[in-house]
Amino acid sequence: MSLTDLSASQILAELNARRFTAVEVTQAYVERIERHDPAIGALLRYDAETALATARGIDDRRQAGQPVGLLAGLPVSVKDLLCSQGDLATCGSRMLEHFRAPYDSTVVARLKRADAVLLGRTNLDEFAMGGSTENSALQKTRNPWDVTRAPGGSSGGSAACVAARLTPLSIGTDTGGSIRQPAGLCGITGMKPTYGRVSRYGLVAFASSLDQAGPMATSAADAALLLEAIAGHDPCDSTSIDAPVPSYSQTVTQPLAGLTLGLAREHFGPGLDSEVERAVREAIAVYESLGAKVKEISLPHSKYSVATYYIIAPSEASSNLARYDGVHYGHRTDERAMLAELAAERQKLEAARDTAGLNRLDSPLVRLYRRSRAEGFGAEVKRRIMLGAYALSSGYYDAYYLKALKVRRLIRQDFDSAFQSVDLIAGPVTAAPAFKLGENVNDPLAMYLLDLYTVGANLAGIPGISIPCGLSAAGLPIGLQLQAPPLEEDRLLRAAHMFQQATDWHMRRPNLP
Amino acid sequence: MSLSREQVEKVSLLARLQLSESELIAMTAQLDAIVGYVEQLAEVDTEQVEPMAHAIELSNVFREDRARPSVDRGEILANAPHADGQFYLVPAVLGD
Amino acid sequence: MSDDYEIVIGLEVHVQLLTESKLFCGCSTRFGAEPNTQTCPTCTGMPGTLPVMTRRAFELGLRTALAIDCQISPFTKWDRKQYYYPDLPKGYQISQFDLPFSHDGGLDIRDPKGRFAPKRIGIIRAHLEEDAGKSMHDEQAGEADSRIDLNRTGTPLLEIVSQPDMRSPAEARAYLDELKLLLVYLGVSDCNMQEGSLRVDANINLHLTGENGEKIATPIVEIKNMNSFRAVERALEYEAIRQYQVWQETGQRLGDVPKQTRGWDDAANLTRGQRHKEESSDYRYFPDPDLVPVRVSPEQIEIVRRALGELPAALRARLIGAYGITEYDADVIVNQGRDVVSYYVELAEACSDGKMASNWVQQDVLRTLKEQTITIDAYPVRPAQLAELLGKIRGGEIDTTRAREVLAQMLTSGKGVAETMSALGIVRVDESELIELCQQLLASNPKVVAEVKAGKVQAAGALIGQAKKLNPNANPARVREICMELIAKS
Repeated sequence: MSLTDLSASQILAELNARRFTAVEVTQAYVERIERHDPAIGALLRYDAETALATARGIDDRRQAGQPVGLLAGLPVSVKDLLCSQGDLATCGSRMLEHFRAPYDSTVVARLKRADAVLLGRTNLDEFAMGGSTENSALQKTRNPWDVTRAPGGSSGGSAACVAARLTPLSIGTDTGGSIRQPAGLCGITGMKPTYGRVSRYGLVAFASSLDQAGPMATSAADAALLLEAIAGHDPCDSTSIDAPVPSYSQTVTQPLAGLTLGLAREHFGPGLDSEVERAVREAIAVYESLGAKVKEISLPHSKYSVATYYIIAPSEASSNLARYDGVHYGHRTDERAMLAELAAERQKLEAARDTAGLNRLDSPLVRLYRRSRAEGFGAEVKRRIMLGAYALSSGYYDAYYLKALKVRRLIRQDFDSAFQSVDLIAGPVTAAPAFKLGENVNDPLAMYLLDLYTVGANLAGIPGISIPCGLSAAGLPIGLQLQAPPLEEDRLLRAAHMFQQATDWHMRRPNLP
Repeated sequence: MSLSREQVEKVSLLARLQLSESELIAMTAQLDAIVGYVEQLAEVDTEQVEPMAHAIELSNVFREDRARPSVDRGEILANAPHADGQFYLVPAVLGD
Repeated sequence: MSDDYEIVIGLEVHVQLLTESKLFCGCSTRFGAEPNTQTCPTCTGMPGTLPVMTRRAFELGLRTALAIDCQISPFTKWDRKQYYYPDLPKGYQISQFDLPFSHDGGLDIRDPKGRFAPKRIGIIRAHLEEDAGKSMHDEQAGEADSRIDLNRTGTPLLEIVSQPDMRSPAEARAYLDELKLLLVYLGVSDCNMQEGSLRVDANINLHLTGENGEKIATPIVEIKNMNSFRAVERALEYEAIRQYQVWQETGQRLGDVPKQTRGWDDAANLTRGQRHKEESSDYRYFPDPDLVPVRVSPEQIEIVRRALGELPAALRARLIGAYGITEYDADVIVNQGRDVVSYYVELAEACSDGKMASNWVQQDVLRTLKEQTITIDAYPVRPAQLAELLGKIRGGEIDTTRAREVLAQMLTSGKGVAETMSALGIVRVDESELIELCQQLLASNPKVVAEVKAGKVQAAGALIGQAKKLNPNANPARVREICMELIAKS
């Protein structure tokens, strides 16, 4: 058994027992990246030299008996959506391909404070918009279980990275399922915490009222460790919750007695793949065998959650992405070509004596914006910006955006009343296992509908976790989703850990090419 | 309701996106399908429902009024596509 | 102005609040720094940054709103106003749309010169928002790049929107003067228009009566780029005449044409139409998900209200009532600010003559402040000292002219009244001494005595002049009285 077969918690124990060093650990993962990532494409960049230097520093401090952080010496990869001072933060976009963040996101700052070894940056759907990582403008990422399939997304790079054990831990972000869905499709453990549990400061915004960073790992115990390092109040984020952070890594091993699981009948309706349904029901049976009670519940408005989500998220996105205009940072179109284009258009309109057209013709500044943005953004990002700008525009606001905010409350109320009678809601993460690369790229609506089971937690702000619970006949991972009331991450992690003590799905690993 | 090409063109100006002819056609069809789907929300009775703009109910979050040093100008302008060491530069904006 | 039309004016005033740091980040708000040196990732809208509101800005806003009698919303939220401009790095301005923190107030205005009757100007709303940066255009070069400075970006502004209640440029001016005075009293803004701490946009149109007696409103025009209150007055005067001409030429009514924006050209003394794109007014407001709402309790409102202090209108009324001065005098003193008012009140109390105190403050104290460009706390003579001096005048010990000499001396020497008087050789002259002096004068001026006796009373003036030469401390009024009495008896 090699070092990289161990879980993060095991490695940490070994490091603390000084049976091996952070440099050895880092070196082992660097070698794995070198060997396997060319075929997977999980990481956009990695910096072995800096990582090894960090590891050396931690070893020195540990050797000298000085205090070290919670993650001291553990390699962590971070989705390329979180700012790290002096480093690129591409967001998977041409727009920010060369953008260097002048500051640390709070998550990255906390990882540094916890003495994590920041090893690399993972691929993602452009600005986290997508569910397959195929919307990355920079690179293709493949599912380690089957390289012809998508890893899911938008944190597909992080999921593939952990599934292939290129780093034991990774930070993803989840706006509509972007941690849980790729975790499910890649057979790892991924959690979206309560909205406000982890600071969004320095997380490049997609939809501010839904975005949340969270841990991706091989087990609930490891996810607990990583969450403990990054969670907590941040005065730089007005939406951050000021509540104490439990020692998740300590409590995760305590089983939950008298657990009641809720099964939403809406989660087992038409469209759910039979293999997925079987695996999820078997997982629930495992819980029953551990003493849990199961109760059927209803989330009556959940059928509206995708529609609600695809108004709110694009509306916020259209606003959040307005800042990418080629003036203060990011991609800017070639000005000379832009002016030549405008001159040619003007000439043509003048020749045709088209006064209306001439009046409508963009000014150089407006054309600078429009061309820079057209060149910098990919198709999905443009689509969502357009959708959001439309939903917020004069005359449509009430019918779309405001309406969606009201349905959002109903969705939240569904969860609130469900949690009156159950401790957790259990169900599938996705309707089917990983799909083929390219399968859904030409049908955006079909792609959006895949988010059915995950967007509810984002709209309601509640925590959710995805854990592996089976393999399809084709050998693809199947995920179980557990959802809990706000700030009950601890309950989620303990329940997930109970399952992982009783099963070994989380131990299964893909055969890497 | 279905989305017209003119509406999509208008929104593309609002959103400051330049769309080619083929993008405009594809975008109109795709947005029309998505808008058609989300319109199912109209059937939900939301008469007595307050809008929910935030996932959590926080209020009155402030910071104290203390100035701290700003960031070095060179560092701020380093990401600017066009700057002269003091200012960001853009094509003349008279009248826009 | 004209019997033909009524001018209808509403004003939007943007005031920079006196905070140390910007509304949503810790950058300084100090004016005049090198371009782009007061910025950070947050106020330059860098990806991933988030706003956190400065408490003080909200408190100053609350103070102001209460002072202009606004209702305070128990629940208020922050919205994004979206438009593209290079000096707006996020592509949206954080402002307040449908739930401003205050609304429905009013400000009383009056004209000490009596050009219009006192009236109340309604306030529609006052809300908080962030400022944009500065774009500089090279007008000459035309094609050259515009330069963007983001130092001002994110500075807290209070926007105060009035009802269209003003009926003349003079009323608009009075509203602005009163509002500015109030803001300075509240200590919420320095109101420096040159530095952009106070900016005014005006909405103006005309109300006319048609041939059949129907009410007609002309299209509303928004005027921008006015950089002084005088410019606002002139722009409104110009615009009223221009709009009347346009009405006569086109007959356009409100609603016939889209709202027009015009810029004031101070040098050319006219307004010019500004280019306007239809889509640019679709701001796509929506609640900012990065900021949480603010709830204000009635208790909090009471605390702020109690701390407002006495405001200009109440102060004027008190000065008129307690010290018997005219409205005009009260206006002049109150306009000088709280410190001058305190000085005046102390002086009036100490010398028990409000009118005299008012005259001395206005004619002597304020003149010195202006000449030396100092504030009242730097004025060397304290109210008690000045009151002592005024007491000497009232007691007949010294005449006004001599008293001014004493005051002038006190300003430079910093010494007390008695000391200064004796340094100037001013001593009280006994009545017997005065009589002796007068007798001497009459004896040596028989011609004058004869003239006075013949009824030419003004001839006595020559005696007073001589008396001053013989004894500079002689009170001229008393000298005249004694001389007249002696002549009458003789």
